[in-house]
Amino acid sequence: RTRLPGGGACQGELGVVVRAPPEVPRPRASSAPREARRARGALGVVVRAPPDAPVPRSALAARVGGSADPAPRAAARREDMGRARSAGARQAPGGPAGARGSRPRPNPNPFEVKVNRQKFPVLGRRPRHDVGLPGVSRARAIQKRTQTLLREYKERDKASVFADRRLGEYGRGVSPEDKMMRRFALEQQRQHEKKSIYNLNEDEELTHYGQSLADIEKHHDIVDSDSDAEERGMLSAELTAAHFGGGGGLLATKASQQQGEAEKPKSRKELIEELIAKSKQEKRERQAQREDALELTEKLDQDWKEIQALVARKPPKAERRDKQEKAKPDAYDMMVRELGFEMKAQPSNRMKTEEELAKEEQARLRELEAERVRRMLGRDQNQGARRPPHMSADDLSDGFVLGPDDRRLLSYTDGKMNVGEEQSPEASGSEGKEQGNEDTSEEDPEQSSGPDSHSDLDSDTESEEASEAPGGGQRPAGGRRGPCEGPGVRAAASTELPYTFAAPESCDALRSLLAGRAAEEQLLLVERIRECSHPSLAAGNKAKLERLFGFLLEYVGELAARDPPDLGAVDRLVVQLYDLCQMFPEAASRAVRFVLRDAMHDMEGAVEAKGRATFPGLDVLVHLRIAGLLFPTSDFRHPVVTPALLCMSQLLTKCRVLGLPDVVKGLFVCSTFLDYVSLSRRLVPELLGFLLRVLHMAAPEGQGPGRPPAHPCRALGKSAGLLLVSHEEDSASWQSGGLPLRWASGLSAQTRTEANHARLSCLAVCLGLLRRCVLSYGPLPSFHALTGPVRVLLEQRLAAGVHPPTLQELYQGVLAEMRAQDGRCRPLVCERSKPEPLKLFTPRLVRVLECGRRQGGSREEQERRRLVHRHRREFKGAVREIRKDNQFLARMQLAETLERDAERRRKVQRLFHGLAAQEGEWKALKRKRLRK
Amino acid sequence: MERGRARRALGRLLEAVLASRAEANAVFDILAVLQSEDQEEIQEAVRACSRLFGAMLERGELFVGQLPPEETVMAGSQGATRKYKVWMRHRYHSCCSRLGELLAHSSFKVKELALGTLMKFVQLEGAYPLEKPKWEGHYLFPRSLFKVVVGGLLSLEEDCSLLLSQFREYLEHDDIRYHAMQATSEAIARVTDGHPEVSWSARFGGRGGSRADAEAGHRQVPLAFWNNTFTLLSSVSLPRQDSAISSFYVQRPGGMGVGDPRPVQLDPCSFCVLQEHRKAFQQMWLSFLQHKLPLSLYKKVLVILHDAILPHLAQPSIMIDFLTRAYDLGGALSLLALNGLFILIHKHNLEYPDFYQKLYGLLDPSVFHVKYRARFFHLADLFLSSSHLPAYLVAAFAKRLARLALTAPPEALLMVLPFICNLLRRHPACRVLIHRPQGPELDADPYDPGEEDPAKSHALESSLWELKALQHHYHPEVSQAASVINQALSVPEVPIAPLLELTAFELFEQDLKKGSESVPLEFIPAQGLLGGRDSLCAQYFTLS
Repeated sequence: RTRLPGGGACQGELGVVVRAPPEVPRPRASSAPREARRARGALGVVVRAPPDAPVPRSALAARVGGSADPAPRAAARREDMGRARSAGARQAPGGPAGARGSRPRPNPNPFEVKVNRQKFPVLGRRPRHDVGLPGVSRARAIQKRTQTLLREYKERDKASVFADRRLGEYGRGVSPEDKMMRRFALEQQRQHEKKSIYNLNEDEELTHYGQSLADIEKHHDIVDSDSDAEERGMLSAELTAAHFGGGGGLLATKASQQQGEAEKPKSRKELIEELIAKSKQEKRERQAQREDALELTEKLDQDWKEIQALVARKPPKAERRDKQEKAKPDAYDMMVRELGFEMKAQPSNRMKTEEELAKEEQARLRELEAERVRRMLGRDQNQGARRPPHMSADDLSDGFVLGPDDRRLLSYTDGKMNVGEEQSPEASGSEGKEQGNEDTSEEDPEQSSGPDSHSDLDSDTESEEASEAPGGGQRPAGGRRGPCEGPGVRAAASTELPYTFAAPESCDALRSLLAGRAAEEQLLLVERIRECSHPSLAAGNKAKLERLFGFLLEYVGELAARDPPDLGAVDRLVVQLYDLCQMFPEAASRAVRFVLRDAMHDMEGAVEAKGRATFPGLDVLVHLRIAGLLFPTSDFRHPVVTPALLCMSQLLTKCRVLGLPDVVKGLFVCSTFLDYVSLSRRLVPELLGFLLRVLHMAAPEGQGPGRPPAHPCRALGKSAGLLLVSHEEDSASWQSGGLPLRWASGLSAQTRTEANHARLSCLAVCLGLLRRCVLSYGPLPSFHALTGPVRVLLEQRLAAGVHPPTLQELYQGVLAEMRAQDGRCRPLVCERSKPEPLKLFTPRLVRVLECGRRQGGSREEQERRRLVHRHRREFKGAVREIRKDNQFLARMQLAETLERDAERRRKVQRLFHGLAAQEGEWKALKRKRLRK
Repeated sequence: MERGRARRALGRLLEAVLASRAEANAVFDILAVLQSEDQEEIQEAVRACSRLFGAMLERGELFVGQLPPEETVMAGSQGATRKYKVWMRHRYHSCCSRLGELLAHSSFKVKELALGTLMKFVQLEGAYPLEKPKWEGHYLFPRSLFKVVVGGLLSLEEDCSLLLSQFREYLEHDDIRYHAMQATSEAIARVTDGHPEVSWSARFGGRGGSRADAEAGHRQVPLAFWNNTFTLLSSVSLPRQDSAISSFYVQRPGGMGVGDPRPVQLDPCSFCVLQEHRKAFQQMWLSFLQHKLPLSLYKKVLVILHDAILPHLAQPSIMIDFLTRAYDLGGALSLLALNGLFILIHKHNLEYPDFYQKLYGLLDPSVFHVKYRARFFHLADLFLSSSHLPAYLVAAFAKRLARLALTAPPEALLMVLPFICNLLRRHPACRVLIHRPQGPELDADPYDPGEEDPAKSHALESSLWELKALQHHYHPEVSQAASVINQALSVPEVPIAPLLELTAFELFEQDLKKGSESVPLEFIPAQGLLGGRDSLCAQYFTLS
């Protein structure tokens, strides 16, 4: 039993296949194998080997399946029927009984419907077999068996089976055109598959009656293949006459021709023979001629070969020259090659127009602004943290939304950092001078006596003694390093800057690099350092630049702490700091925080020691200012800005004002503070307190308002009257203008007039800030309670009216703004909170014991039991099917036998009949003879 | 070498005196060494005296009874034994007075030794009384000697706190404590009789106070005395229960051994009853507190008042005068005084009508900036913890605190905002302050901040707009804390204890630590130190 190629597969042609007993199609619950089998049955021509033995009845079913297991096929059949039955039943009750598949039959025979009466309805049980159609299903079973079992039975003794595998031959509902189309497509496909798929030039071959149309067009078969090319296409007159001229005409001419030569007329046969002989001769001649030519050519070739050896000696030199030329190619060639290999210009996006650029920029800014506002309101963190989403009882917790996490707000992500924090600039103590040595306080003897000294209760004493300053030198004075070391050497070289710089490894290195240079040069230098160690150039550059930020920050602090402060350079370097910060936000934030912590630590130490601190140097203020420039100050919470805000608040409340520089510093802190909150409009009570304090300093003695101001705002001892103008005539010559920041680090050499002018300027700035406060806090609900003390003071000051008109205008302006604010108070109302839904939990499912169901045992046990049950059912069903098969077969065999018997009887009868007739005739003859 | 010889010489003298009465004059030599300048010698002499007179007392070689003047006895014709005893008693007397003087010696060792010796004498004198008991079993405490001890301890000139801490050990004993209390009262009376009151300028400390002190130093009771007295007084602690009075330092006369105390019940003497102790305690403190003390002492007394003094007083309400006076001093003292008053009201049924008004008066803007802020709010929380306070009062407090919060630093705000919310939680009637659904719109805040009486401040008609304003505070946590009032207040109170001690620096550190996540950046490029044109710094400051 061999298998022919292509056996079993769809072939689309008639094929005869000697086939082994079919691989057992395993009947399953799924219909796939069955489908496959059906397909094969439709298309496969299978010749089965003849059965080894006559099939006994009972074994037939087994053989039908093709294997020893009779069950599967029967089961499949049964299943088919069952399905049909159930499909029919489903449509049942009054309606049409399904005949085949689910196709409804419009008018069922009511006598065929059998209703299985339910004795009582059971709740929750679906009646599946309430209506049956026994007749229909029986007919269907018989039909099915007729198609399958009976056919096999009939073919049981056949050695081969005819299988028509033509595509769509037996498919119903396929029109002939369609069928042809499909076959054609299939053929095309097969052909295509067979040939080289890489051959693109191959056209499909069109045929006509199985012959290639191309061949037909060439008329290969018509034209004599041996004839020469010259003759092709040219029809000789003879030939034409012979072929197409017909008999008469040709013969007539020939006859007239030949009549002159030979009288003897030739018959037509002779003529043709002559013609043939002639043409054959011509042909032979031509052939000989060709052969001669060929011989000649060969001879020529041989001669040439002989000569070639002689000729071939010459070329070497020429070849060598060629080689030399090759070794030294022409410049032009080179250029051509190069041009050929040169990268072609890639098409790029077109340049954007300015409008588009502006639009993009605007969109970017808008996006950033929206993000900023969101952070300012700080809503996302609150809600995210506060309320976990409600979990429904039916929640399968599969509602993941893998959207982008929008909590990462960083718009410029640039990696992490691992920079070791260098020491930050020690705040230099330029205020050391101001800390006079008025250490006259008598130490409270009981201050440190008891173990519990209740130091918090000593505050009264301390606040009253606060005006006496403790001994100076509290701050580390080491922060002041000689900034001008070695500038002399550098000075000459600084005329031309080198272009590459290594990133400095320490702050000292940076300092020595920058020392003694002009601000522009410093800027350029830092920029070059940045460019030389751009992170994309080398691996360690990122860490270097991150460190550079820290050094720069420190250096800026030192510049600010100088006397006089080099603020111009600071101003330039801020831009560099900003750029570096954009590159390394985390490192920058760490460095700034470090600096802030340092400042706070110093202040905290002073407060611990003396209860009150003094204003730090300008460097701290500059750092605070820079922090506000580098980071968004309006955020609800920001890792750098929030501490910076606290730091400023501490500066404004804990630091004592001892002189004009302190006032300037305080005012600078105030304006920085207001800049911080300018967008978010947040409330800063300390700021108002400090401004009030400054106003009190400008108030003449004994003219303060009735109610003393709050504690930190109290103009303390020495600072009282600090801003009083000592001479009236100076106020006339004063002109308003910006406060120079260098005053903050001490304005020692001042004439009396200048001092008075400075006072007035401070006052003007204070009023300006106050006005700004009023404007931004106006909408707050308790605005008047907030600004009450300031208002009272201002009104009194105004009444006093000792200040120049510009200031008077400022007073007026502030007061007018204050009065303009709406004082109406709407009573507070809580937000209506949503009713909290009851917490629902997913119900716990407990299986209720049901009678009649086996429930015990583990999961595996149950599964096993289920399978056993199912197997038993299947087994029973298969047995039943087999039994029915056998009945069917028996019926068929019986019918066959009966038919055969009847046939035999008929034949016997006929024979008897004949014999009887013969007998009768014979008897009649005999009788006749006897009669004779 | 020298020292060893001196010690041996003293030892010899001692042996001699103890051996025979004939050598009695050697006592003078020993006493002479007591006057020495060298502190080592003095110590030797003190030890010698201690042994000598200890032995004498035990032997009964000292005169018992009312001591006649030495001259009359010497001149008289009594028996030699009596003369000897009287003479020796006089020596003992002078020795004791010298030891009393030594309590003010510059060297602490000498002081300590002198104190120990004197206390030993006190013990021995109690066991072998030098006075005749008036009746059998009469218990005689050597008061006069003890008075010397106490007088020495309460020095006018110098600070005896170290010595007093030594003395504290003796105060463990009930009898010593009792008599110390009595002796102290007497000593205070004696000293203050001789001096005028402390001047007012000194009482308030502060500027110029020290100078005034120095001027009036010779007329006033010196500060050292008050300090010493306070140290002594504060180290007296009474037992809580009656039965605890059982440890005695001085044993009964009657020949029994030191380690054999007689049962207390048999001796109904005054100091065996706790009530008597309390009376003495009260008397002592009253005699101390009735004088005008320096300010610092007020503070110290008030700090221990509620805890160490008030529970032991026989009649605590008599402290009210003192407390009222202390309240008038202002500041932290007022608060502490209020604490005392609160205890009196709370535990001792004191009627004090203006208590809450006074507390209300203490709330001024400085309260958030003073160092005793944590204590203040702890106590205020305690005072306002009752849920039976009238609503108007609580509303006034809440409103006042909110008003003050407008000037408070963030660390104080973090504490006071939950404080206010707790008040509102405790008193649902006050919730109108944050939730007044159908209230009319007002032209101005009806609350009167200048009004001293909380009842007239119209706080209940107001609302806490201040908290609304603080929701815009620059510090995120403050803003969040203030935003609590936007929703209906949750039921459980927020514990404010952990917030009380919060300092700005801690807050700063917390904020620094929090910022570990991503760092948003400013997207507007920096244009220079002072910023762009619209920044205030650029507007008001110039770089040059």
